[in-house]
Amino acid sequence: MLLALLVLALIAAVLAVSLAVREVRRRLEARPPRDHRTTRGALDLGLYDPGRERRAEARARELLRSCVNEEEWAMYRDLGFIRVAGRHARRESDQRTGAGSAAYAYLIYPHKPIVAYVPESGQLLSEYCVEFPDLTGSGGRHRLPASDDVLAKWMALTSDEDRVIRRANMHLIGRQHDPARVRRDLWRLAEWERRRAVPQRTK
Amino acid sequence: MKPGHGEVLLAEGDPRVEEDEERLIAEFRRQLDEGMWAAVPTTVAGSGRREAQLVKDFSDIPAEAERVIFFPRASGG
Repeated sequence: MLLALLVLALIAAVLAVSLAVREVRRRLEARPPRDHRTTRGALDLGLYDPGRERRAEARARELLRSCVNEEEWAMYRDLGFIRVAGRHARRESDQRTGAGSAAYAYLIYPHKPIVAYVPESGQLLSEYCVEFPDLTGSGGRHRLPASDDVLAKWMALTSDEDRVIRRANMHLIGRQHDPARVRRDLWRLAEWERRRAVPQRTK
Repeated sequence: MKPGHGEVLLAEGDPRVEEDEERLIAEFRRQLDEGMWAAVPTTVAGSGRREAQLVKDFSDIPAEAERVIFFPRASGG
């Protein structure tokens, strides 16, 4: 009699476990799937967003394009820098003939020092390290998009060259720029201007 | 220009409308108080050369200016 009761209890226990397992499995399957995007989104708050920088750079390029002239924009688009004529030694004849004949000029690179050079000889003069720090109190974590950095330098140089040069740290070429690379850029610029001049002459 | 974001529209309006002008002046002063520089892209008459004009007061903004661009002041890097 006792043995029969034990067997019945064992069978009941096995059935109960089996039913419990089935019920748990059913509930798990009935649960809505976890929304990974939501979960990640909640965790990613404040994390790096590569798309934001790309969008900011796209806007910055459009802003730069709308501010500089067509030649400067094409220069930046094709070569990655903009040349700005120096003002101090500019004679009236220089103003008529453009930046190429100015006594000195600057090359504006994104997030690199401004380079001063003599257009006629190609002599590199100096590099002016200037930056536009984040004033919003984010601890300097952010910097301007590349094209905004170029535009800021362009606006500063074309509006008040003395002030931006005074604020900049001046060094001989070679501190941050590779002189050979800058000379190659000057050669690229000359070639670029020569190619641009050809269609205009043939018109 | 805002580091990390790029171009951000701060305010817009017609300075000939008094209400807009007050709002534009307030935003202009706020930006300068925060240490930003303000510049207006211009075209030199005659040569067609493009350059920027730094403005330190709202009244310095040329009447024909379509926008004023604020950017962090330069410092030695």
